[in-house]
Amino acid sequence: MSDAKSTPRPKQDFEQTLDASDKNVAAFERQHHTLLDRIQHFLHGYPTMVPVIVLVISIAVFGMLAGTKFFSPFNLSLILQQVSIIGILAAAQSLVILTAGIDLSVGAIMVLMSVIMGQLAITLGVPAPLAIIVGFIGGIAAGMLNGFLVTRVKLPPFIVTLGTWNIFFALNLWLSGAQSIRSQTIDQIAPLLKFFGESVSFGGAQITYGSILMVLIFAVLWYVLNHTAWGRHVYAIGDDKEAAELSGIRTNRTLISVYAVAGLVCAIGAWASIGRVGSVSPQSFQEANLQSITAVVIGGISLFGGRGSIVGPLIGALIVGVFNSGLRLVGVDVLWQVFAIGWLTIIAVAIDQWIRKVSA
Amino acid sequence: MKKSLLGATFGALALSLSLAPFQSAFADEIGACLITKTDINPFFVKMKEGATATSMHHGINLSTFAGKVDGDHETQVQAIETCIASGAKGILLTASDTKAIVPVVQKARDAGLLVIALDTPLEPIDAADATFATDNFKAGELIGQWAAAKLGADAANAKIAMLDLTPSAPSVDVLRDQGFLKGFGIDIKDPAKIGDEDDARIIGHDVTNGNEEGGREAMENLLQRDSEINVVYTINEPAAAGAYEALKSFGLQDGVLIVSVDGGCPGVANVQDGVIGATSQQYPLLMASKGIEAIKAWAETGEKPQNTEGLNFYDTGVNLVTDQTADGVPSIDVEEGMKRCWG
Repeated sequence: MSDAKSTPRPKQDFEQTLDASDKNVAAFERQHHTLLDRIQHFLHGYPTMVPVIVLVISIAVFGMLAGTKFFSPFNLSLILQQVSIIGILAAAQSLVILTAGIDLSVGAIMVLMSVIMGQLAITLGVPAPLAIIVGFIGGIAAGMLNGFLVTRVKLPPFIVTLGTWNIFFALNLWLSGAQSIRSQTIDQIAPLLKFFGESVSFGGAQITYGSILMVLIFAVLWYVLNHTAWGRHVYAIGDDKEAAELSGIRTNRTLISVYAVAGLVCAIGAWASIGRVGSVSPQSFQEANLQSITAVVIGGISLFGGRGSIVGPLIGALIVGVFNSGLRLVGVDVLWQVFAIGWLTIIAVAIDQWIRKVSA
Repeated sequence: MKKSLLGATFGALALSLSLAPFQSAFADEIGACLITKTDINPFFVKMKEGATATSMHHGINLSTFAGKVDGDHETQVQAIETCIASGAKGILLTASDTKAIVPVVQKARDAGLLVIALDTPLEPIDAADATFATDNFKAGELIGQWAAAKLGADAANAKIAMLDLTPSAPSVDVLRDQGFLKGFGIDIKDPAKIGDEDDARIIGHDVTNGNEEGGREAMENLLQRDSEINVVYTINEPAAAGAYEALKSFGLQDGVLIVSVDGGCPGVANVQDGVIGATSQQYPLLMASKGIEAIKAWAETGEKPQNTEGLNFYDTGVNLVTDQTADGVPSIDVEEGMKRCWG
């Protein structure tokens, strides 16, 4: 063998160009991978990493700018507390957006259910647990109405929920007479309504039950979406409704259930919101619909459905909270907080689009 | 917004059809319109009540319109146009966009309608025939004076949180904020501008959107800047209730003076419960009923309402409501405030 190598047989004429030819075995064409390509591929595999990275960076940056005030356990727990209601709504919103829908009515459902709970328990004297359960049922019913209109009447979710947003809002004003129920009155008659405003303290942090509730809701939804047939169906419908139907998923039924679950989550949020705000306030959370969508989008769930992790919106909501808190502690005007969140949303969607373009 | 308009249109249609045979009997009836910012705020609900009751009393045919949210300018423009077309004699208006509404108000005045701005002055104020409003600067000043008097010598070391309305700072926001600071004894520099003061006693400003949720969050934010805040100015009573919740969750509710403006019934109840120290009460029902009477007078005699002396509008009055009287600051007690509260 070594002999043959040392004294190569003289090449024949037709073999003269052999050395210059390709010596690779048959393979797929390989592109030159830049760092950017690798990042794109990585993010395509783990879309939730985008918000996680943004969250870590923003915490680091604001930590440096605002110093110990920002990093105090109290401030961090306050951020958690401040995002809890929008976070819960974002969980509901995510379910709908995963099916390639959108729910503009989440905030309105929540406020309406909080008013129903409050009016029943305070004005009509219904026992608080019963009032809360009626609120839950109301939330499910409101969600089912959305789902019914989307699947049976076949209207686009945007239009359906734009309509029901107005309807629920009007009902809220009608039932509440646009009047808040005072914190002191709730304390006297139905303190259970404010349960999620209670908190546990340790090491300077003040964790409200509402914050814990938010995390729990995300944990449960994460389990359900990833480890139950229903959860996989939700993703399948969002990815391609027709294909899902052809593979035997009863898409309409699943869709109605998605809206119903979203409605229930909103109603749970309604209970938590009474604790957070302190009173039953028909005028609060008017921008909650859009804030929840912002959290979902920043959290990396695709508005085109079927892609993204439910953990994303939790992180999305936290990013908004960190931005608001950080900018405030640095002393930035409210105006520029709004400005920053606006850009954040646009950049998040741009990144999503870019990731979707990934090839092979 | 479309709904309410549509509803009004259908309503009007149904009414005109059903009343068609009696049309002649109503031919010389005076028509009036009430256009409010929203239907949400109890303040406007009360206004509508006052206008409706007075209209019934005088046999005036009142149509009411409202924007869907605060800042819904478009609906108000449509409402004014509808009013002009309906042949009404006058319009009572709480404008959402006090500058942008001026041209269409002029159109109404040119068509011979009396336009009265309620609660919120137009810019310029004389763009309306008259303005019936609370003196918001004075409302702020009263609570400022009260807070300063309550603190006595400690006022010099006060730490003040300012919970304002919205980032766009409409005139009512500026007037109350600046009135409060002046009443407290702070140099307000430009009275048309929030936040240009450099007095170290002001810890900061934040916005509340005038509701409980916003009040709570704004208070939390300012407490994060300085937890020794001991005077809290709030744009209205829901914001004050939210601020109190935040203080309570921080365990700081004692020893903090919260002052507010409005005089709504839940707000006065909060004064009674010690949540709010003092509030300046305004009278929306009076604005509306005076407004209807003015339209009646205009239709019958062509007479326009006069301004309160020394002011460029008709002052419908403001009273400080508190049970903790302070020297040199006139006030009414909670009982009286309850009798006159709205909402």
